[in-house]
Amino acid sequence: MASLELKNVVKRYKSQTVLDNLSLTVADGETLVLFGPSGAGKTVLLRLVAGVIDPDEGRIFIGGEDMTDVDAEFRGVGMAFQNFALFPHMSAFDNIATPLEAKRSSPSAIKAGVESVAKLLKIAHVLSHKPRALSNGQKQRTALARALVGSPPLLLLDDPLRNVDAKLRFEMRLELPRLLADRGATVVYVTQDYKEAMALGDRIAVMSQGVIRQLGTPEQIYREPASIEIARLFGDPTINLLDVKPARDARGVYVGLSNVQVHLDEAPETAIGRDCVIGLRPEALHFAEDNEPGAIPVTVEAETPLNEKIVTLVRTVRGREILVSRPAGAPGRSEGKAHIAVDGKSALLFDQASGERIGAKNVVKLRNGEAA
Amino acid sequence: MEHTSLLERILRGVALTLVVIFFMFPILWIFMMSFQTNETILRIPPQLIFEPTLANYTALITGKLMTAAGTLDIAFMRNLWNSVFLSVTSVAVSLLLGVPAAYAFARHKFRGSEDIAFTLLSFKFAPALLVLLPLTLYFQKLGLANTYFGLIWVYQLICLPLILWIVRGYFEDIPADIEYAYRIGGHSWFATFRKIALPLAGPGIAAAGLLAFIFAWNNFVFALVLASADKQPVTVGALAFITSSGIQYGQISAAIVLSITPTLALALYAQRYLVEGLSLGAVKG
Repeated sequence: MASLELKNVVKRYKSQTVLDNLSLTVADGETLVLFGPSGAGKTVLLRLVAGVIDPDEGRIFIGGEDMTDVDAEFRGVGMAFQNFALFPHMSAFDNIATPLEAKRSSPSAIKAGVESVAKLLKIAHVLSHKPRALSNGQKQRTALARALVGSPPLLLLDDPLRNVDAKLRFEMRLELPRLLADRGATVVYVTQDYKEAMALGDRIAVMSQGVIRQLGTPEQIYREPASIEIARLFGDPTINLLDVKPARDARGVYVGLSNVQVHLDEAPETAIGRDCVIGLRPEALHFAEDNEPGAIPVTVEAETPLNEKIVTLVRTVRGREILVSRPAGAPGRSEGKAHIAVDGKSALLFDQASGERIGAKNVVKLRNGEAA
Repeated sequence: MEHTSLLERILRGVALTLVVIFFMFPILWIFMMSFQTNETILRIPPQLIFEPTLANYTALITGKLMTAAGTLDIAFMRNLWNSVFLSVTSVAVSLLLGVPAAYAFARHKFRGSEDIAFTLLSFKFAPALLVLLPLTLYFQKLGLANTYFGLIWVYQLICLPLILWIVRGYFEDIPADIEYAYRIGGHSWFATFRKIALPLAGPGIAAAGLLAFIFAWNNFVFALVLASADKQPVTVGALAFITSSGIQYGQISAAIVLSITPTLALALYAQRYLVEGLSLGAVKG
């Protein structure tokens, strides 16, 4: 049982600040995903928590105890590395057994512990192999088993699916949440794959340049991204972003798209008259009848069926390209002229200059503290 | 490669034989000389066919050197023992000091660590003769001249920098994450050093140790100046074969054969581990 708390943590390498006054709380039993591009400081953050590098400033609490100055071996965390970091001179069994050996467990207890976790991760048949004789998937599972075997209350997983093939990654994405939930451990999971982040996280912390840009549930991050940058990172196909200048008439706030007035529900008043970028998720658009109010005339350029959904690339009169996604079977056009309509509720408005979402309720300036 | 013709194989065999003969010839010739008397060695032209004699080896092992001028006592076996003792002890001390130091230099970048490491290496730049004069004076004052302790200490100049710099490279090649993983698993840094770093750098340590042993074994000038007859290794002891009645080529050859045997045996034995080490290094993380 262990919560994790970071308070104003700073880490610099020479003149470069890798983590900039970062604070974060992970509740007991929660799975927090750290998501962001490479160089965002995710791995550094994980290593600070594990205790293999020291912060320049700030404190780290595990289970309420100040662990900042405690050596790695006494923090009682489990960690799986992106490059697996298996001990090449030991068999898979011995690799997994090392945390139990450190606890001075009896040989029979070690054997039982290793075998049960190996069975769980389906590597029981390769326990006698050295790492070089294991496939990438088996290495990854061995590394995961080694992190899990001591039942640590806090698990740190550094992009464990990065170096495995797509099929295994898909399987593990399904298996992992269950596995982690069964353990009841607090988990900090680093990934660069937004699908993994959405599938695994109770909450997601989006990081870039050593700062948490947004912290929220997968739903919040997707529906209410704090900035254009975050909106772009989540979603496949990516969000459509168009420059607009919202205005107001009797019916409410609208934006002009190809000379058509598209009314937005719930659009913040502050956006009116400003240079904005409108973010439209491909699934927030649909093909419309020609005479529907707010329907935008477009030309269909290309269509990509993706089994469960169909993605269509259309071009507006002004030459802007837009992606439209619809469930397979929904009405649509695959060529020629068509009209599309916007679901006014799910349109997102961003400030063109700062890239921040306008009217974002739960966006706090994260430089100086924890996100709401 | 499966379809090499017979001719190709023969040619390759011939070529390999030529190369081996070229490089091994001096050793082969010394080996042959060690079974000959001075008279047969100095015959002109030299002959490949001779009647082998064990007299040289007998003389070395019994310590009685027969010359035209009479019998001379030589301490070859004593010298051989001195070589073994000095080299083994020096390398052992160097490993004991050098391996932990190499680990520290590889893993813990502390203030001045590069300078200290380089200073240690620079000991190898100084010409031995330049160091020897002041060293001899100091050693005589300290009572270290002509002691095993003093010699082993001076031999550290040969062994320690070598071991330090080679082993350091091997430690640096071990991904830090592997050691982190072991520590996060709950092991102390010392356990990590013993169970992870040492075994993984093992082949490098073996190679460095072997190299240091050969350098120590072959050292001549330190022992020449700092040791008297009863502490001298074979390299210096061989001077005894230059007698007033001429150079004893037969005995010198036999002495060489006896003195290269230990290093050769060690190299052949360690080869297995060296090769194993190379293949272990090929495994990624």
